[in-house]
Amino acid sequence: MTASNHPIDLLRFNTCGSVDDGKSTLIGRLLYDSKSLMEDQIEALERSADITGGGQINLANLTDGLRAEREQGITIDVAYRYFATPRRKFIIADTPGHVQYTRNMVTGASTANLSIILIDARQGVIEQSRRHAIIASLLRIPHLVVAINKMDLVDWSHERFLEIQDQFEEFLPRLDIKDVKFIPVSALNGDNIVTASPHTPWYPGPTLLGHLETVHIASDWNLTNFRFPVQWVNRPNNPTDHSLHDFRGLSGQISGGVVKVGQKVMVLPSGFTSTVKQIWTINGPLEEAFSPQSVTLVLEHDLDISRGDVIVDASDLPGASNELQAKICWMAPRPLTEGRQFLLKHTTQTVKAVVTAIEDRINISTFDKETEVSELAMNDLGEVRIKTAKPLIYDGYATNRLTGSFILIEPGTNATVAAGMLLPPTEVARPEYKDFAI
Amino acid sequence: MKSYHLDHLDYLETEAIHIMREVASEFERPAILFSGGKDSICLLRLAEKSFRPSDIPMPFLNVATGHEFPELLEFRDRRAKELGAKLIVRTVDEALEKGIAVQAPGQISRNQLQIPVLLAAIEEYRFDACIGGARRDEEKARAKERFFSFRDSFGQWDPKNQRPEIWNLYNGRLNPDENMRVFPLSNWTEMDVWEYIKRENLEVPSIYFSHKRRCVRRSGQWVPNTDLMPAKPNEEVKEMIVRVRTIGDIISTGCVESPATTVDDIIAEIAAARVTERGSRADDKVSEAAMEDRKKAGYF
Repeated sequence: MTASNHPIDLLRFNTCGSVDDGKSTLIGRLLYDSKSLMEDQIEALERSADITGGGQINLANLTDGLRAEREQGITIDVAYRYFATPRRKFIIADTPGHVQYTRNMVTGASTANLSIILIDARQGVIEQSRRHAIIASLLRIPHLVVAINKMDLVDWSHERFLEIQDQFEEFLPRLDIKDVKFIPVSALNGDNIVTASPHTPWYPGPTLLGHLETVHIASDWNLTNFRFPVQWVNRPNNPTDHSLHDFRGLSGQISGGVVKVGQKVMVLPSGFTSTVKQIWTINGPLEEAFSPQSVTLVLEHDLDISRGDVIVDASDLPGASNELQAKICWMAPRPLTEGRQFLLKHTTQTVKAVVTAIEDRINISTFDKETEVSELAMNDLGEVRIKTAKPLIYDGYATNRLTGSFILIEPGTNATVAAGMLLPPTEVARPEYKDFAI
Repeated sequence: MKSYHLDHLDYLETEAIHIMREVASEFERPAILFSGGKDSICLLRLAEKSFRPSDIPMPFLNVATGHEFPELLEFRDRRAKELGAKLIVRTVDEALEKGIAVQAPGQISRNQLQIPVLLAAIEEYRFDACIGGARRDEEKARAKERFFSFRDSFGQWDPKNQRPEIWNLYNGRLNPDENMRVFPLSNWTEMDVWEYIKRENLEVPSIYFSHKRRCVRRSGQWVPNTDLMPAKPNEEVKEMIVRVRTIGDIISTGCVESPATTVDDIIAEIAAARVTERGSRADDKVSEAAMEDRKKAGYF
């Protein structure tokens, strides 16, 4: 932990691995060796070592937080960990690799800049590794680290390392991942985690932490296309303060691009146009603001705008349609079949939706698309067609993670049953009221 | 070209504001849990940033054990008034009287007793969402908590059946009698909280800074010597220069010897600290699964 007087970066990453890959041990090692652990945590570790571990400190105990997990010896949910070095702050989403918990992996990966896939050097690339790579690719995580673990158990064989690298690179061309780094490690012994290993003279570096500290985080945030889903209408209705009486602000988080005072904007779906009069914050007005800042916009004209409307640059319109194509990850025990109805939450609006067709399912062993599919089971990834009761104002997920993503909610149980990534729109938004101009 | 880049505090702030506005939009009767402690002080600042120039569109709720530091209560009341908010206080004493909460024989700490009081307050006001200042870095069971933490009609948390949270899309839908706890500071660390207090120039109760206090040595830590649980003849009592790092019941909150008189001093102290903040809370030490059990029962 470090006190800083200058702004530092935040890197969010997730770890994925099968049950016995040593994922929790790896995180424990990162925390332990970067001196992010406190005396009482180390004490608790040592206490549990005496009771259950025969004297050996079990670094996995640091992250296997819930009692059920300690009993079963597996990680059952997404756990978040925090540590910092003088160079960066880190948020780890520790996601289980166990097959029925892919939904947690999607959850942890959805906000990550970087993903670490752990591979057991003895086993090489297995189905789990492929599944994780596909999810990282689908979710468009910009950076991937393949940590080849338990290298001590294969005598630090350079040959074995290269063999696994080849296995992995074989299917890489079919994925959308540009930046992949392979690192030979032993999480249990700490080799190449924080300090360079004496056992890998053939590996030039960097260590895992060294890489995490220096990897260039290509901005995850779209700074090109201004998009502002209205979240909350800010009307003080203050009878005593006249300056506030007429205040009508539109509060929300900028999901894409940059907005400036004086910029010409359009409100969708209505198509009303106006200009940005003020960017209001409690610390005073701003001249400009950018994604993902949370601000309150005041427009020149008093338009009828409510939650779910989207304010965009008038010269750069997103797509709009009530017929959508998307890749989804199905997360519920009951399989998805065609014709089922859901609630779809996209940016700040929730609409009724029906899945009209299941186009395909990705076979995660062969990467092939299986057509002729009648259902998607839990943890399946596939492409679907959806019809919504109201058009969505959206971008393709590849262009914008925030305006291109949605979740499906099952009516009744209110469970979140799918994560969806929209394909690029085929139709640009057209104002509802064509003749309306101010 | 300008750099459009958020530093870590800006990032945590915009994430939290987004969540608070989602709560204001998607729930009918939300409340903010405000104890006067450092985390909930940040929550109030975030509420101002989320909703000004309008009024903060939800009341503040405090479940008081009756064993608070007096400085904390004074600060709590004053801060709520300054912000023009409605403050609802429900106390363990009142609940004991009405039989809503029942003390176990020999139980002195009132931490556990807050649970039925909180649940009763939720029922009384029909709150559908309570925004709290809990952070995932505080404790192992918290590390698995969602931003939107779903509770069934008994107020219980089921760690095996949590809703996945993907991107910034939060599912706040409830059936009648169900309830949501929302934690906008989930991704903040103790250091982030103090750095934010510094950056926003926020006032905190005086007990966070070093002061003179008579303390008694109990289970490996110094706690305030009070009339509620006076020192026994065999217990060591000492007047010390201390501050508190995390605030719980006055009888169980550990005091750390510290010369820190400013927020900068505290930040430097945390940077060098060798124990976690909850290491000074006796209520978490009962068993390794203490927090997990309390959360399942409906704790904050």
